[in-house]
Amino acid sequence: MATDALRQASARSDAEIALIANRMRHDIIEMLGAAGSGHPGGSLSATDIMATLFYSGLFGMDPTDPENPERDRFILSKGHAAPALYALFVQLGYLPHDEITTLRQVGSRLQGHPDRHACPGVEVCTGSLGQGLSIGSGIALGFKLDAERGGSEPRRVFVLLGDGEMQEGENWEAAMFAGNQELDNLVAIVDLNNLQIDGHVTDVNNIEPVADKFRAFGWEAIAADGHDIASVRAALEAAVAVSGKPAVIVAKTIKGKGVSFMEDQVSWHGNAPSPEQTEVALAEIDAAYEALLAAQKEA
Amino acid sequence: MAKATRAAFGETLIKLVDEGQDIMAVDADLCGSTTTGAFGKAYPDRLVDVGIAEQNMIGVASGLALTGRTVFTGSFAVFGTGRCWEQIRNTVCDSDLDVKICPTHAGITVGPDGATHQALEDIALMRVLPGMRVLVPADYASACAAIRVAATTPGPFYVRLGREPLPEIYEDGFTCDVAFANVVREGADIAIMACGVEVAHALKAAEELAVEGINAEVVDVMSIRPLDEETIIASASKCGRVLTVEEHSIYGGMGSAVAELLSEKCPVPVTRMGMTGFGQSGTAAELLSYYGLDAAAIAARVRELLGK
Repeated sequence: MATDALRQASARSDAEIALIANRMRHDIIEMLGAAGSGHPGGSLSATDIMATLFYSGLFGMDPTDPENPERDRFILSKGHAAPALYALFVQLGYLPHDEITTLRQVGSRLQGHPDRHACPGVEVCTGSLGQGLSIGSGIALGFKLDAERGGSEPRRVFVLLGDGEMQEGENWEAAMFAGNQELDNLVAIVDLNNLQIDGHVTDVNNIEPVADKFRAFGWEAIAADGHDIASVRAALEAAVAVSGKPAVIVAKTIKGKGVSFMEDQVSWHGNAPSPEQTEVALAEIDAAYEALLAAQKEA
Repeated sequence: MAKATRAAFGETLIKLVDEGQDIMAVDADLCGSTTTGAFGKAYPDRLVDVGIAEQNMIGVASGLALTGRTVFTGSFAVFGTGRCWEQIRNTVCDSDLDVKICPTHAGITVGPDGATHQALEDIALMRVLPGMRVLVPADYASACAAIRVAATTPGPFYVRLGREPLPEIYEDGFTCDVAFANVVREGADIAIMACGVEVAHALKAAEELAVEGINAEVVDVMSIRPLDEETIIASASKCGRVLTVEEHSIYGGMGSAVAELLSEKCPVPVTRMGMTGFGQSGTAAELLSYYGLDAAAIAARVRELLGK
């Protein structure tokens, strides 16, 4: 199947994506509770963005073959959100649900940060911050060269970045490069949850105005509400329609979104919930699932 | 004719593409010096110049490798291994990508640019990385062979290239394996193990010593990882004493690699010659003399070691 067909085959409605994102949150908490360590905050802030991207119909993927050569590419530059990626892979069928309790264990395919040798669907090892946008730029350039040779449309590359991560200088080397190379098959998404390990990003070393910075490097910048599926979808549609330059989606999010006691709390950056906290969080997420279903039935 | 090892870079890439290999090069504003510029002239869409941004150079090269290409990176050895070491570790090596780190201007023979531009730690930095292969060719022909081996063997490589023209040691068309060491002069009293520019100096020292009745063996240790263990152990075992010489720090370089091997598998006395600090400005010849890394210094050290 060509890339366009892969994209169309994976398209889901906003309502379906909302349910998928909820199940991802459930699995993120379940796996972190079992692991006893890991990063819930940044996984939960990125969940809606990742679910919407993969099921938007704009991203070519093949649930029967994570390595289908026609697929578009997703690079999780903020690799500490690995639990969100694994939860997504459970939804896609790349990983069986039973395996999520092996997160961070010796020999597990679910390494603390994504490992391309261990886990199907992981494009490149990430987790050392600041490297994903350069890698994504190289892939996007390679796809453009492939397309020139083959006379086809280049495949797309999506890179998910943390906002704290934007303090890494390599991102701006990559931003300058991708802008000058006019990589219009590259879409960066900044998960703007305004928290990093040492506190609020705006306090530690403010990255704002981040959209203007990208614009200055020749990018199209698009704002989105990172927890509103329709908003993320609209931003993705606008981003892939951009011609002659790369696009960045600055997605406003809440760290820990979906678990009330984790929301906007810096302490949940890199701490796993206790068994009791896991139970409370899972109950809250399950209640949200029932509420979503009820609301969807009504509508 | 004396040619620099860097002259092999662009030329060999052109030949490899001519032969049908899907190769790209990514450089960082040094295309003329590294000779990737010549490659770009022949194949304009196969050379990417990221400007002065070595970390992005490694990332872009990695991305291109992820689209099925074999990618060489340039820059100078100080910047092309040091500024982007962690990118090489966590992206290229951890993901086992087909990226060949191939910067030029290594060692004190960079000359007048001085200490900031003389890579003396690059072999150490690269040889500790899981999956990385490290090659230090001694002349133009062996540099062509090293680049060819790197291009045709999957996974990460470091090929250390230099600025200065070097005397011919191998004939054009020379080929080698990934693990390559070669006895370039047979002897029995001591084994001088050298790499890069020091192979020619070791050979010259051996000639001087022969006049005095000292029979020195000279081994070109081109592959520092993996080592050609058989050749190195055979030579050490035959001569019973080893002197290593490199225009690199004695901490973690070729001499360290040889000493690690021999201490485990063939314990003989090993003496290391190399750098212990930063270099400075001067011509290549002046600096090799100043830091005791030319033929005269090698010959003097051999006499001292043999008590003659």
